[in-house]
Amino acid sequence: MCGIVGLHLKSPELHPQLGELIAPMLDCMSSRGPDSAGVALFAEAPPGRVKLSLHATDGTDWEALGRSIAQDTAAAVSVEALGDVAILAVDADTDTAVGSVRKLRSSVRLVGVGRTMEIFKDVGLPRDIITRYGIEKRQGFQAVGHTRMATESAVTTEHSHPFAPAVDIALVHNGSFSNPATVRRRLEREGIRFDTDNDSEVCARYVARQMQHGADLGEALRMVQKELDGFFTLLVATDRQFAVLRDSFACKPAVIAETDNYVAMSSEYHALAGLPGIQNARVFEPAPEEVYTWTR
Amino acid sequence: MDPVTFSCAEMSTRELNSALADLPDGASVRVLEPWGRHNIAVGLTNRITIEIEGNAGYFTGGLGEGPDVTVDGFVGWSTGENLMSGTIRVLGNASECTGASAHGGAIVVHGDASSRTAISLKGASVLVAGDVGHMSGFMGQAGVLLVGGNAGSGLGDSLYETVIYVAGTIASLGADARVEDLNESDVKVVQDLVDLAGFDHIDPEKVTRVASARELYNFDALTEQKY
Repeated sequence: MCGIVGLHLKSPELHPQLGELIAPMLDCMSSRGPDSAGVALFAEAPPGRVKLSLHATDGTDWEALGRSIAQDTAAAVSVEALGDVAILAVDADTDTAVGSVRKLRSSVRLVGVGRTMEIFKDVGLPRDIITRYGIEKRQGFQAVGHTRMATESAVTTEHSHPFAPAVDIALVHNGSFSNPATVRRRLEREGIRFDTDNDSEVCARYVARQMQHGADLGEALRMVQKELDGFFTLLVATDRQFAVLRDSFACKPAVIAETDNYVAMSSEYHALAGLPGIQNARVFEPAPEEVYTWTR
Repeated sequence: MDPVTFSCAEMSTRELNSALADLPDGASVRVLEPWGRHNIAVGLTNRITIEIEGNAGYFTGGLGEGPDVTVDGFVGWSTGENLMSGTIRVLGNASECTGASAHGGAIVVHGDASSRTAISLKGASVLVAGDVGHMSGFMGQAGVLLVGGNAGSGLGDSLYETVIYVAGTIASLGADARVEDLNESDVKVVQDLVDLAGFDHIDPEKVTRVASARELYNFDALTEQKY
């Protein structure tokens, strides 16, 4: 069992409240996943800057790493250091910034890369993770979050969700895939590298691969239906889109609430019950095998 | 007797259900601010009337043997699971597995119900004004499922003796389910159910009866099996 939450804010007036709206949703889903939790937050960002969401358990001095990257890339770097986690904003292109981190500090794990996206994920109770990374104060236009109760691979930060397989894309999954090894072997033959042995990471990298070949998010998810077997409720967000898909059995729950101001998705309704204007929202259960997308 | 009022905002689920169980037969109670809470009014055996004023979560009214529960909103998965007697009335939509394994009583949904409605039904009446999702009536053993709207794919898969009546269309039948002729006693049964539910959009003479073809009842090693 795992819990999924997501918010796609249509109304800019709500952007300052993204963190305070998504945090209680994530906390509410602790009952479905107390092992680990994570959230990908998307916010408007100036062009020419890339944000690296990093994780390390070796006591990395993030400020020092920031200075080294600034020197290496000759670009301005700002650092938000939060213990084992840091967000580095680098005024450079993605390849330069990522290449510099890999070269300077190979022990640092790249959790996510995005122009608009930041990812915070960790092992522990969702409430603790929300506090540790100050989620409630964060702003933005969209968030996807996950609470994990691991069933098929280890409880570590790397194995927790969201998975961010490419720039500005994050995927969360409730369920289990039954043929991830087959799909993974094929992706590996195509040169795709994996960070973990987690089945959801296979799905995330499969989606990113389809998009790399030119598919939009909806098309990539329709390909997931064809290629990946198993139980899944998926929520995937990019800098432009927010999408939901359930497998043909639909035995992993999902509920969506839509108003003029937002689209909210969760595994269970009570995570949505505190949202503003929920009384007048159109609340529905996504049908099996149907791809739902919202584009900004 | 004035109705008692309980608020979910002030009580844990355990406190609420314990307080409901302590009410005398004939009492009326309003449950406020449910906010999608799971397990409201579960396991009650007293003859009380409960009004849940808002949306409720999973297993609402489950295992009940006596109370009449009305939800002024929608409900989550497995509403009325294993109901023994009494009525659960949902004024909005219901999620998956509504009335799962229910032995007796009636579960009435005024909106739509989702997948696997009345799965493994064991004798209750599950009455849905709107549509039901895929795999509804799966392995139903006894009781009745009435669908006022349309039924999703795989209706009545592996049915035993539950009978399904559908007023609208059927996307597809599951294995071993078949459409049968409607006889006079069916029309009477549907009329009684429509009266009980208060549905006025269903014409008992114009429903489709779905029941088991009974070809999967016994394993026959000598003939080709189709499971």
